[in-house]
Amino acid sequence: MEQYVVKPGPEAFLPPAAASMGIVLPDPGEAHYEGRIIDEEDAYEQIARKLLGAKVPTIFPGPLVLWKWNEKAGKKAEAIRELANALPARLIPMADYRPKYPKIDPEVEINPNHPNLTIWHNKIDACIFVGVHCHQANLALKIIRGGTDCFTIALCAQAGHEDACASFRDINVEKIKKLTETVKRLKSEGVESQALPFTQIKMTRAGRVA
Amino acid sequence: MSKEKIQLSEALEDIMPSEYQEMVATATFGNEDRSWKDIGSSKELIEQHSLCAGCPESIAFRYILSSIPAPEDTVFVGSTGCTSLVFPMVGVQNIHSLFGNQNAVASGLKRALKVRFPDVNKDVIVLAGDGATVDIGLDMTMQSWFRQENFTTICFDNELYANTGGQESGLMQKGFVSKMAPMGKKFEKVRLPEIAFEAGCHYVACLTVSKPNRVEKAIRNAVYVAREFGPTYVQLYTPCILEIGKQSMEGLDEMKDAEAIGGRFVMKEFMTDEVKEFLKEKDAEQKARKKAAKAAVSA
Repeated sequence: MEQYVVKPGPEAFLPPAAASMGIVLPDPGEAHYEGRIIDEEDAYEQIARKLLGAKVPTIFPGPLVLWKWNEKAGKKAEAIRELANALPARLIPMADYRPKYPKIDPEVEINPNHPNLTIWHNKIDACIFVGVHCHQANLALKIIRGGTDCFTIALCAQAGHEDACASFRDINVEKIKKLTETVKRLKSEGVESQALPFTQIKMTRAGRVA
Repeated sequence: MSKEKIQLSEALEDIMPSEYQEMVATATFGNEDRSWKDIGSSKELIEQHSLCAGCPESIAFRYILSSIPAPEDTVFVGSTGCTSLVFPMVGVQNIHSLFGNQNAVASGLKRALKVRFPDVNKDVIVLAGDGATVDIGLDMTMQSWFRQENFTTICFDNELYANTGGQESGLMQKGFVSKMAPMGKKFEKVRLPEIAFEAGCHYVACLTVSKPNRVEKAIRNAVYVAREFGPTYVQLYTPCILEIGKQSMEGLDEMKDAEAIGGRFVMKEFMTDEVKEFLKEKDAEQKARKKAAKAAVSA
């Protein structure tokens, strides 16, 4: 059987689970890129280049980093903000996992039950999932691969995600910072960000202010 | 544990949608004397629900959520039915169990929480309809009472299977004709409050949800008693206006009629003498707390 490649979609209404196509999770010290196991050190550069080359790179922080469950969560959030500033990338939160009724505002949030709406609306071509619980990330990653052409990257604190186009495992504050440093280094070496100009969303209790 | 549990990470706070920022600012978590009067100003108490317009169950839900003394340390166990449509809208932990299994799931959960958090009162509350509580799940319901499990069972009694089109349930009144029970109910409404007391519940209340003060008192009593003594049971009349042929505005009248003298839901409470004494003490404590809070504000 040919090696399955976890490429951006749109693949099918119901894309196969990458695991069922023979994609395995990376071991510690490794990452995966389009389903291939690669050295974690190489992954920093490949993923940083992918993000810098995207027109609408976007980070989707999930509840594990949006909410300050502990000091570590707060520090991770800071590191994510630094990465977003360095790229630059949009930050769109996945605040929780409830289906949103009556409808979601795809400009300011993403929901694991219909993540394609946010991807389509903002024309996102590369995204990072970070701080999202495994099962919800798997659900969202499959829907995105099924219906959109977005390149998905999972910064996973556990064992990684087969259904993402690229995935780190055991992510922590240091690793996020290292990714940020790689982005900065590539930029200093002349790799330009292809991101379209944008204004980071800003919300208050009263509503959206930017 | 209190509101400190629901803080946002500072670095990402300004991208969080307004409703979450609002919840962090106004939630009643950590306030033991929260009440139904907080409805309308607290995000965690169901800002919007997915039930039919005017559904008394939505009122019941709001009163219950505003009455539980420690929402941050409470887990609801629900079952299939209209109640399960609301839980995704609620800022309180909840488990959706297999139909009828809710009291069995709650038993295990309560025991596990006791082991995992020996120093914290973790309240477990079962919230299910009459089909799950009295018909399909009666075995699980009663066995948990026999075993003296420390949690509260709340039954939303709408006297039929509303979610599936109006089939006859054990709690339906005798003679009632519904869409899926055209011959009319042949036997009496099951007297579950009385059965619950006989089966070992230490506090039992049966009432409608027309009066928020009463509902609040019954729910708080049930939770407090479940912590200290054992199982408690609250049966709330939440008529399904669709299935009994009423309009959206008529739910409240229906409940008032049902609780009038001679009605099926005249409020009744059963409790042991020890529980009566315990609740008196709890009332005195609450009064003292409120008095102190009032004095602090005026000072």
